[in-house]
Amino acid sequence: MTTVGVTPSGPRPTPVELPTRVQRIPLKTSTFAKLTDDGFRYAMLACSFTVLLIVGLLLFELITRSKLSIHQFGFKFFTGSDWDPVAGQFGAFPFIYGTLVSSLVALIIAVPLAVGVAVYVTEMCPRPIRKAISFLTELLAAIPSVVYGLWAVFVLAPLLRDYVEPFLEKTLGWTGFFTGPKLGLGMLAAGIIMAIMIVPIISSITREVLVAVPQHQREATLALGATRWEMIRMGVLRNARAGILGAVILGLGRAIGETMAVTMVIGNRPEIAKSLFAPGYTMASVIANEFSEATDDLYLSALVEVGLALLIVTLIVNTAARLLVWSITRGSPQRANG
Amino acid sequence: MAQKPHLSIYRRLTNQLASVAAAASAVLVLVPLMAIFGYLLYKGFGSINLAFLTHTPKPVGEPGGGMANAIVGSGFILFIASLLGVPLGIGAGIYMSEYGKNRYSTYVRFTADVLNGVPSIVIGIAAYSLVVLKQGHFSALAGGVALGIMMIPTIARTTEEMLLMVPYAVREAALGLGIPQWRSTLSIALRTARSGVITGVMLAFARVAGETAPLIFTAFGNQFWNLNPNQPTAALPLQVYVYAISPFDEWHRQAWAGALILIVLIVIAVSVVRFATRRGSFAGSH
Repeated sequence: MTTVGVTPSGPRPTPVELPTRVQRIPLKTSTFAKLTDDGFRYAMLACSFTVLLIVGLLLFELITRSKLSIHQFGFKFFTGSDWDPVAGQFGAFPFIYGTLVSSLVALIIAVPLAVGVAVYVTEMCPRPIRKAISFLTELLAAIPSVVYGLWAVFVLAPLLRDYVEPFLEKTLGWTGFFTGPKLGLGMLAAGIIMAIMIVPIISSITREVLVAVPQHQREATLALGATRWEMIRMGVLRNARAGILGAVILGLGRAIGETMAVTMVIGNRPEIAKSLFAPGYTMASVIANEFSEATDDLYLSALVEVGLALLIVTLIVNTAARLLVWSITRGSPQRANG
Repeated sequence: MAQKPHLSIYRRLTNQLASVAAAASAVLVLVPLMAIFGYLLYKGFGSINLAFLTHTPKPVGEPGGGMANAIVGSGFILFIASLLGVPLGIGAGIYMSEYGKNRYSTYVRFTADVLNGVPSIVIGIAAYSLVVLKQGHFSALAGGVALGIMMIPTIARTTEEMLLMVPYAVREAALGLGIPQWRSTLSIALRTARSGVITGVMLAFARVAGETAPLIFTAFGNQFWNLNPNQPTAALPLQVYVYAISPFDEWHRQAWAGALILIVLIVIAVSVVRFATRRGSFAGSH
């Protein structure tokens, strides 16, 4: 209500009518503004749609290119253990076995370490050290796979061959997992180098999850007289276990798809052996090694089918992991207020 | 007055043991990092010389030669990858943060996270199928497409995160001045968040810069100079891989040198990013 022109004694003036011109201004500019705004919006929509498109395209391309092998072998492709390109026989079981075993070795080594680091960084260590450790673990994640491989071939493998494997055979040889010729290159080397590579991923996501545990959970446990470890175990880890499981599965996904470092140290022989000293082969490394040499269509198609299996497994693993992590940290980032 | 509460020996011991174990795991994780860097510096510095940085590879048996073409080739492939990945990634991030209060955006966000975990070698196969088979030969373009696809999810997610950190009032102020929404998004919100967005781009760049697997059967490698996107191109990580698994000592030496150069370039990128974010308007919450 405007008060302009109101005199104390006079009659109440009729409300000032706004000039229609003022009302029309937004209408005038709106056609052009709406057009550009909508155009921009649709362009951004298209960009975001490419993310979905890429995943669809990955599946589509891999399915079309592996049709030949799918028709030829059916489900036997995954159970057969005969991989003979010359005879046209393709069974992928040795690669699946190698992928599973080497990833499992990696997880057994990496998970306790990664969770330990995350707990240390979020709950125990002084602030300056926290920053340094976070930075260094991030650095570990920035080292390219091929550099890990190089180091594993020339440093880790000889170390395993000369010191670690003889020791393991002497102490744990009776289990059957640590026997046979000690080459350095093999499942064990692949598992160890993979473990080094997935620790940063598992620990950084675990850290994220631990930070998301509400502070009052810690305070409540401490108020009940818990020691620091009891506080971490009951107040923090128990509340974060779904997220930690997610982090571990995410690490598993990375391990399954890890290619270069593993290809360089695993020995690349499609064999199934109980001993971890023996050479093996993984799904990713068979593609890396043989794809550009695959001459006939069936061979190429079989390799693409291995890739398809790898894609589907990692899609499932990652979906499960993300759902677990999102259940703790809430997927979409928080909007700033004010 | 304040008396230390009485704790049973068992509880005190497990508490101390847990502290020691956590600290020990931190040390244990950092040992391989030190070992890798130490060995890399020791082996790499001994092998880098001017010829390594300026010459192309020599045939087997001839001493000398270098990886100059691979260094340039890597830069070239990464340039193509950035042309594809950066605009698409930033665009997707803008959509999710500015228009993203719907179910569709949740799907995109989730798919981006899942795509981030797809093995690079699988993306290599797709790029082979999409580009190499259609062109009929290996090419730098195919390598760029593979790496570009890998950049999109990382850039999209960080862009979204950084844009959401820009207070909504800033956008409202812009809109209140009569600035159309697309201008407000690009020149106000994105501009305010730019240091964070650049961080995301650089992290994605650093990640794909060391990728080898998808290049084996896309960019393929090349013994000579090449700056034609339709021809096979050498790449630094690929060259390191080929030399590392070869049986020649001279090539092993050069593999170490190549790895050192690769990692120095990546570490420089990451450090610049850390520096930029600390100085920028948004220090990350981590």
